[in-house]
Amino acid sequence: MTSRTMVSRQLSQRTAFGLLMLATTIVIVPVLFIIIYMIVNGAGAISWEFLTQSPSQAGKAGGIFPAIVGTFYLMLGTLIFALPVGVTAGIYLTEYARDNWLTRLINTAILNLAGVPSIVYGLFGLGVFVLALNFGMSLLAASFTLACQALAMTITTSREAILAVPREYKEGSLAVGATKWQTVRHIVLPQALPGIITGAVLAMSRAAGETAPILVVGAAFFLPGLPQSPLDQFMALPYHLYTAAAHVPGMPKSTIWGVALVLLVVVMSFNVLATVIRLRARKRRYG
Amino acid sequence: MSVNVLSNNKTTHLNKVKLKTERVNLYYGTFQALRNITLDIPEHAITAVIGPSGCGKSSFLRLFNRMNDLITGAKVGGHVKIDGISIYENNIDVVELRKRVGMVFQKPNPFPMSVFENVAFGPRRHGRNNRSELEDIVERSLRQAALWDEVEDKLEQSALALSGGQQQRLCIARVLAVEPEVILMDEPCSALDPVATLKIEDLMRSLAEDYTIVIVTHNMQQAARVSDMTAFLMMEEDRAGVLAEYGPTSELFTNPKDKRTEDYITGRFG
Repeated sequence: MTSRTMVSRQLSQRTAFGLLMLATTIVIVPVLFIIIYMIVNGAGAISWEFLTQSPSQAGKAGGIFPAIVGTFYLMLGTLIFALPVGVTAGIYLTEYARDNWLTRLINTAILNLAGVPSIVYGLFGLGVFVLALNFGMSLLAASFTLACQALAMTITTSREAILAVPREYKEGSLAVGATKWQTVRHIVLPQALPGIITGAVLAMSRAAGETAPILVVGAAFFLPGLPQSPLDQFMALPYHLYTAAAHVPGMPKSTIWGVALVLLVVVMSFNVLATVIRLRARKRRYG
Repeated sequence: MSVNVLSNNKTTHLNKVKLKTERVNLYYGTFQALRNITLDIPEHAITAVIGPSGCGKSSFLRLFNRMNDLITGAKVGGHVKIDGISIYENNIDVVELRKRVGMVFQKPNPFPMSVFENVAFGPRRHGRNNRSELEDIVERSLRQAALWDEVEDKLEQSALALSGGQQQRLCIARVLAVEPEVILMDEPCSALDPVATLKIEDLMRSLAEDYTIVIVTHNMQQAARVSDMTAFLMMEEDRAGVLAEYGPTSELFTNPKDKRTEDYITGRFG
């Protein structure tokens, strides 16, 4: 080999390495920048009072306690409705439905559900849950709306977790005379559970961050107290943030960033929880 | 009806027919995996199915517990009988059938749970939940599978921590726990080392006194060592699942009637 091709090979090697690293840096830097910027600007607003008190003067003073509580209610509501339906649909689609064009169409439709813009879910919720079913603007209507949106994710992750259960386990169970349902209940579900829970937690963290759908089905910028029933309106962090940033003149910048920081911490902690569950399940399986 | 069986301990006796196939054809969609197979499998004996890869050995074995049902597009023609009763009729309860006809797989597949729960799995699914009763079943099954002495003090440990050979004997114990009549073994030793393989073969010989065993194996020496009857399945050009010869193992290996059997067992092809 001539030294000239050696040089050009080394050059292209270095160029490739440089480009790959540059691309990775481009991804990481904005994320770090956002997080650091948020901490620098918002940390000052965080205090015990900020986390535990109701807002006053249109959010310019006081805290964001009702918005935090509302967000947790929403996540819980989403989970209660989306998880059972998602898991049972996942089981049906993988274990019971025949592999034909209809099943394939349904699977594709479910994947596409994840791509529907969230405001469309909001309008759907407004039309169906708020108006047609007469839930009114409420926590219940918002939970159902977010659950519909979360279904795409819970069904897909349930399907994947169930499909990942080795066929040998299922055959071993059927071969000793277990019924199909017993096999699903005692072999497939326990094995798929970590994957299912990871999907559910991620769906919850997404629900926590949604602004557009809840805008039209029950979120309020200011309420005198916490919701007393599922049919009450509620406050939520993302909507509070949106209104505070866009519609309240004279809102202190640090308060806005403080709300954003709290929302980020809530969402991130659920993502971390999902990772922990996944890692622990993996360790149990292979360790 | 009965079959002449020349068993390994050189005594000739007459055994009742336990399993029977009559002109069985098996299709996966348009692919025909078994062709017009008729044979009688004797009770309380070991019947080996040998043949080259892809000849339909496993498909043949899976006829008897209807495991082929799990594959979409699988269709069976002809009759498969256990104790004279056709098992592909509509009134047959497949769950009950699989309780009578257990199966051990190629790759040891213990469930990711404790040794005890692996063995107790079948009985529990059939409604036996009394702890002391289960303890009896687990001990009896593990002793029968020649595994008790090795796992006696590891019953609550994960079955995945056992060695490959122990895992396979655990899978045999899991099948024995539901008190089957027939045990199907699909290349049970192909993932095991020679020592573990011999242990399984010894175990098979002792089990054959009480159970009807059908084993699929790649290993002709194994078939010659353990089985009473041997069936040689083969594939020709583009045709799979042809039964070339079936008879007592000692005859088939020493004095094959079919030229194709002779070529195969002497290593000229396959």
